[in-house]
Amino acid sequence: MRHIISILMENEAGALSRVAGLFSARGYNIESLTVAPTEDPSLSRMTLVTTGTDEIIEQITKQLNKLVDVVKLMDMTDGPHIEREMMLVKVSTVGAGREEIKRLSDIFRGRIIDVTDSTYTIELTGTSSKLDAFLEALDKAVIVEVLRSGVIGIARGEKALRI
Amino acid sequence: MELTGAEIFVRCLQDEGVEYIFGYPGGAVLHIYDELYKQDKIKHILVRHEQAAGHAADGYARATGKPGVALVTSGPGATNVVTGIATAYMDSIPMVVFTGQVPTSLIGNDAFQEVDSVGITRPCVKHNFLVKDVADLATTIKKAFYIATTGRPGPVVVDIPKDVTAQRTEYSYPKEISIRSYNPVAKGHSGQIRKAIDLMLSAKRPMVYSGGGIVLGNAAEQLTELTRLLGFPITNTLMGLGGYPATDKQFVGMLGMHGTYEANMAMHNCDVLIAIGARFDDRVTGNIAKFCPNAKIIHVDIDPASISKNVKVDVPIVGPVDTVLKEMLKLLKDDPRRPDAAALKAWWKQIDEWRAMDCLKYDRASELIKPQFVIETLYKVTDGDAFVTSDVGQHQMFAAQFYKFDKPRRWINSGGLGTMGFGLPAAMGVQLAYPDETVVCVTGEGSIQMCIQELSTCKQYGLPLKIVNLNNGFLGMVRQWQEFFYQGRYAMSYMESLPDFVKLAEAYGQIGMRIEKPGDVEGALREAMRIRDRLVFMDFIIDRTENVYPMVPAGAGQNEMILV
Repeated sequence: MRHIISILMENEAGALSRVAGLFSARGYNIESLTVAPTEDPSLSRMTLVTTGTDEIIEQITKQLNKLVDVVKLMDMTDGPHIEREMMLVKVSTVGAGREEIKRLSDIFRGRIIDVTDSTYTIELTGTSSKLDAFLEALDKAVIVEVLRSGVIGIARGEKALRI
Repeated sequence: MELTGAEIFVRCLQDEGVEYIFGYPGGAVLHIYDELYKQDKIKHILVRHEQAAGHAADGYARATGKPGVALVTSGPGATNVVTGIATAYMDSIPMVVFTGQVPTSLIGNDAFQEVDSVGITRPCVKHNFLVKDVADLATTIKKAFYIATTGRPGPVVVDIPKDVTAQRTEYSYPKEISIRSYNPVAKGHSGQIRKAIDLMLSAKRPMVYSGGGIVLGNAAEQLTELTRLLGFPITNTLMGLGGYPATDKQFVGMLGMHGTYEANMAMHNCDVLIAIGARFDDRVTGNIAKFCPNAKIIHVDIDPASISKNVKVDVPIVGPVDTVLKEMLKLLKDDPRRPDAAALKAWWKQIDEWRAMDCLKYDRASELIKPQFVIETLYKVTDGDAFVTSDVGQHQMFAAQFYKFDKPRRWINSGGLGTMGFGLPAAMGVQLAYPDETVVCVTGEGSIQMCIQELSTCKQYGLPLKIVNLNNGFLGMVRQWQEFFYQGRYAMSYMESLPDFVKLAEAYGQIGMRIEKPGDVEGALREAMRIRDRLVFMDFIIDRTENVYPMVPAGAGQNEMILV
């Protein structure tokens, strides 16, 4: 099953490689990983998406907790949560196709953030599956470039990951 | 007053109470060595290869329970010590390893003797640090010792660039330290402990399985008391030997790949398994799918990640083994319930039948020296009270099977990583910690050559080790696997051109003996033990075809042993 694990960790050199190293050393999957400092500059928040059986996910969270740089973590998938991923897509489009792409972007609540005679760049935010659906809906031939930020997640309600 | 980084380094180690540093100088650590030269509180032991610095610090730590300390230079110094670090990591040994580094201005420039030590050691340390500012040096060293020795212990690397050892700052060594992201569990969950007691008392065929955590956690006394109070059979892992007295009647021997028949059969047939400070290693469990098929499992361990890693357990208890065992003892003493005596009696009857198989029997009438006989005689000659280190292979298993350790921290071997070359340098660390004790290194002609250069270190510091070389001219364990599983194709397991170990020992200024007949074994060992001022290298020419039995082949169940 797919899990979104959010980690608060010391904002120190090498902390990211400890996490990445743990996953490669123990043969765990990483689908995506994003990391940036929080409002407290001494802390970074990392969100990683991984898949595995319940036993593997239990081991992953335990092994992550064992890293000295990891302050706290939460498996978002344990409760109600919101996930978001951002995507930038550059498409090549001329003539009549331009209107069609614009409509498709509107349907997915995307925004066109850059325009040239021959391209649109579309910004789209949502769950990973929504972004997948948008890419599915596009004609493969028009896609020039796809950038995805990786998933971030936050718990619904009062539950929060903080120290 | 402001001190240099090198002065601070030495002061920190003095304040930490470090007795010995095992190390090797080089460019990046010269400021530090200069400061070590100017003081005499900390003794520096100059090894002949940095791998040995790691193992010697490790051996010191295993024997004393105090953290071992190693100091090496950048680049090759750091890469050479990695085997020592990984060995300590796999066996959870508290150790702090200092590596020199090129000056901060050169880091990343492919400078002379530069290597990313923090990167290279990351997968085999509990934690590591690169000190970029002298102002952080003292706190980092304090953190390193704190992390290495608390929770599940392990090696910590501190990488110190040369310019940091020259910079100046005010010195103060923190008395205490807390790290917000690192909080080892202090005690077990009381509810879980109660559940465990209920399960233990309901057992018909209980089994205690304890590991290196008992030794590391200084819980041998509590374990012994609990096991005796309950009257349960107990087995120890390779790392746990000495955690329960091996001469006690409740002890059924070591378990696992080369464990006793009775230990493995009792594991396989038990209905309640009490695992304490053990980690269900593959050499213990054999095929996981066939492991303890009918048992409810209690698992006590300080590391939550050890629990349900390999085997799903029913009652997990995370906590230091000594405090958990103390709480168990207290609860049991206040509890009117006692184990089912009739069921236990029947269980012991069954175990005694397995014992009667005498699975460790060997040909005592052989005209060749049997390795088992050497270890048995060593046990007799040393009154079972020596510190015994070993290398890795058949000799290690024979030592584990035939030397009956009654006390913890007497059996010192590389169990997890299985590092050949560990035994001799580890023995140096033990002997330095206990100069008046008998320290024996049981080894083979393959392993001993991996760190043989340390005979020179032993000469320099007058370490009177006793080396028992079980010389069969083969990489014995490799040969055994080739005999069993590769139809006797002995690929590269035969060593031609062995050195004359007697002459070699003499060349290093030590005493060498060659023993070729069973009748000479005891006399040679007694003579060697009488020599208190020099290292004695005993080269026992043993039966080349002897195998270690019983054996659970890789992938088989614990009850599927190859017997003699």
